[in-house]
Amino acid sequence: MSDLKPTVSHFQPHATLSAYITGFVSCIVITLVAYVVATSNSVSNDAAVGIVAGLAILQFVTQLIFFLHLGREFKPRWKMLVFWLMITIVLILVGGSIWIMNNLNYRMMQNPSLENKYIQSQDGL
Amino acid sequence: MSTAVERAQAENRTVLGFWIYLMTDCVLFASLFATFAVMRGMTNGGPSGADLFSMPYALTETMILLASSFTCGLAVIAGGQQRRALLLSMLALTFVLGASFVGMEFHEFRDLALDGNSWHRSGFLSSYFTLVATHGLHICVGLLWLLTLSVQIVKKGLAGSTARRLTLFSMFWHFLDLVWIFIFSVVYLWSGRV
Repeated sequence: MSDLKPTVSHFQPHATLSAYITGFVSCIVITLVAYVVATSNSVSNDAAVGIVAGLAILQFVTQLIFFLHLGREFKPRWKMLVFWLMITIVLILVGGSIWIMNNLNYRMMQNPSLENKYIQSQDGL
Repeated sequence: MSTAVERAQAENRTVLGFWIYLMTDCVLFASLFATFAVMRGMTNGGPSGADLFSMPYALTETMILLASSFTCGLAVIAGGQQRRALLLSMLALTFVLGASFVGMEFHEFRDLALDGNSWHRSGFLSSYFTLVATHGLHICVGLLWLLTLSVQIVKKGLAGSTARRLTLFSMFWHFLDLVWIFIFSVVYLWSGRV
């Protein structure tokens, strides 16, 4: 009879206290490291951007595993499939936009000082 | 026995459907992130991120949201153990933390706008406000959902449908924390520095 009364744990068998505590503590550590790197003067700008980006991805994966329990479902793994589809679209969208706009900037800015004057006269666009 | 299996399957379908919604919401945020990345330097002679953003303030917001994500997870565990008092107190804690986050964000927006740095100021600020406020609106919707969910738990107890809503709410709330990681890193740490 107890089978007829499904509980939350029935559907989220991976939501354990230890998983949440592990996830929470690691996220705090990752956030603090990223903060220290970003505010430190002894790290060069390029290195800081790279480290912060890497830590953001690390924390993203940590939360996906420990908070959203991704990768623990049984076959067929539809959630995982939709997740990778999303990652692909996001990479094309963000990477493509930055690429195209930088390329456009590069092609149009033959004379940067004139270009800046033009941009300012055009209200930031 | 077959009813339990059928219910579990229906439950899995609901969770998958909600997951697909969350993934499409990611695409919405991705387009706003792309806009922000492109507009980041377009300050139109106005202040840049490094002039405007306070990193300790953003760090506090991040920690508050992370803590609320954690208490939301504790609520799910309490729900699984059928401990209603603990579940409701964890949801209340999640609400207080989430509301503090929204309060801090509103305060930040207000200060920026009062200093003349609202979304009119430059392309950079337009994209900043759009990105961060879209996340903030999601949090507000989550807070409303949290309230109705708590009322349902008080009234109906942890029956099948309420338990399912708790699961979906926790997914939504953790997802918003995921998006915030990138707002914190890209908007505050990156633009606040360079």
